[in-house]
Amino acid sequence: MFEATELNDRNRRAERLWRWLFGMMTGLLIVPVVLILGVLIVKGGPALSIDFLFTEPTDGMRAGGVFPALIGTIWLVAVALLVSVPIGVAAAVYLSEYAPDNWLTRLINLCIINLAGVPSIVHALFGVGAFVLFFKFGISILAASCTLAVLTLPVVIVATRESLQAVPQAFREACWNMGATRWQTIRRVVLPNSISGILTGVILEVSRTTGETAPIMFTGAVFLLPFLPQSVFDPTMAMSLHLFVVSTQVPGVPDELPYGVALVLIGMVLCMNALSIAFRVYLRGKKKW
Amino acid sequence: MSVDAPARDLVRVRGLTIRYGDTAALSDVSLSIREHEIFGIIGPAGSGKTSFLRALNRMDEFTPAMTVDGAVEFDGKNVRDWRNAYALRSRIGVVFPLPVGLPMTIYDNVALSPRLRGIRRRSELDEIVERCLTRAALWDEVKDRLDSLGSLLSGGQQQRLTIARALSQEPQLLLLDEFSIAVDPVTTMRIEDVLKELKQEVTIVLVTNLVQQARRLADRTAFFLMGEFVELAETEQLFTGEVADPRTRDYVEGRFG
Ligand SMILES: Nc1ncnc2c1ncn2[C@@H]1O[C@H](COP(=O)(O)OP(=O)(O)O)[C@@H](O)[C@H]1O
Ligand SMILES: [Mg+2]
Repeated sequence: MFEATELNDRNRRAERLWRWLFGMMTGLLIVPVVLILGVLIVKGGPALSIDFLFTEPTDGMRAGGVFPALIGTIWLVAVALLVSVPIGVAAAVYLSEYAPDNWLTRLINLCIINLAGVPSIVHALFGVGAFVLFFKFGISILAASCTLAVLTLPVVIVATRESLQAVPQAFREACWNMGATRWQTIRRVVLPNSISGILTGVILEVSRTTGETAPIMFTGAVFLLPFLPQSVFDPTMAMSLHLFVVSTQVPGVPDELPYGVALVLIGMVLCMNALSIAFRVYLRGKKKW
Repeated sequence: MSVDAPARDLVRVRGLTIRYGDTAALSDVSLSIREHEIFGIIGPAGSGKTSFLRALNRMDEFTPAMTVDGAVEFDGKNVRDWRNAYALRSRIGVVFPLPVGLPMTIYDNVALSPRLRGIRRRSELDEIVERCLTRAALWDEVKDRLDSLGSLLSGGQQQRLTIARALSQEPQLLLLDEFSIAVDPVTTMRIEDVLKELKQEVTIVLVTNLVQQARRLADRTAFFLMGEFVELAETEQLFTGEVADPRTRDYVEGRFG
């Protein structure tokens, strides 16, 4: 008759303990998410309405809606995407597919990682110096979006590089051995099999900048603007800055208004994340190896 | 080609030494490969057989640690002097031990190389795909599903797909590296029959870990042993014991390795 030994039993008890411990940590992780969303919904829910989304702020931002800020944030993120995606993807393709493995490449990679750690307020100052003043974009969507783009470039590059590296090296060598150039290999084999990962990763990273405040408040976003931006050279309102303003800068704002703004802001970020994750799940189903 | 025309050397190797970092993987190899022969290379694992193949089409450029000294001439010209390495590689087909079906349709796998050469017309591509798949003994099995993924075929089928893809390059030289490792014996036999026919059109270097496979296919066979090029002889001589080095006899008779 088969019997579990003393050791077997001890292992089994330890196994249960570890499993429980890891599970607990995961549970803890959910707590702040639930709390934040809960508080926002309870306190900000009453402020929400179709009008809130589609009207301008009135009464010195103490009433009315968030429409100009909503539109402004969409502008900012969209232009930031247009700037950072081509540059970031091209740089990642170079680093992953062309660059020789030498000290210079390693130095560049190190710089990229460090750039990701630069605080966003420093990016803001850089944006003022470079885009507002040097390139003379002025306080504008373009300057703010370029600043956001610089801020996200490191993560865009890293996300893209990871997607590229996920394509097995054997595919590349098989192509090269047929006489394909690097570019032909990238174009025919590497990109078709990584583009979905690249796009979803990049959209996810860039949409995170929706909530950034510091980099845009000196470069393109303003407190209050009664009209919508007409081009990328106009300044604009933005959700993140609007939230900062109504919660700290204007006296006598009704309680639920800042929570309502925060709820809309979080809603925007979640929507973009959800879209990009859905896109990724859909494309993963079509993976070819 | 008439049978008794003097065979021309397609590949000439002089003083070839291959290193990874500071460690030599293959030392001082000099030999020639004749046009339209099947040139066998046998030897235990780690002897430098794969490294030798990599030196022939400048695959060393993909492996930073790998350095190649000595001269490799292909079609009368040192491979290092081909300014256009892509042109060189497109004339040399390579088949690896583990099949690499590219993540595209069966059709696209075989049409890739013609497309890289600039062939666009569908009828021309159709004709090439059918011819190469037929020659690789795969056509009958896949002709009804050319649009399904190449990477979903079985191992043996993928290896034949890889061979078809190499043939679609219309290569002058075909390098086969232990192609039968991931292939069942029946398929191996079919591919071997294909190779015997292909000999009319292309020169084949056959690296194999099965000495009997070299005996069945190769006209001449070289024996590599732990980085040393031991000898090269007519295949029949090696297997009937007319060897220059006793280690060769030990190896082909299965006494070590
Ligand atoms: N990429 C590599 N880096 C370092 N050493 C290698 C590499 N490839 C092969 N080698 C070494 O070179 C020697 C010859 O290997 P290889 O040419 O693959 O032999 P074979 O194909 O005969 O088994 C082995 O000792 C192996 O460990
Ligand atoms: Mg090998």
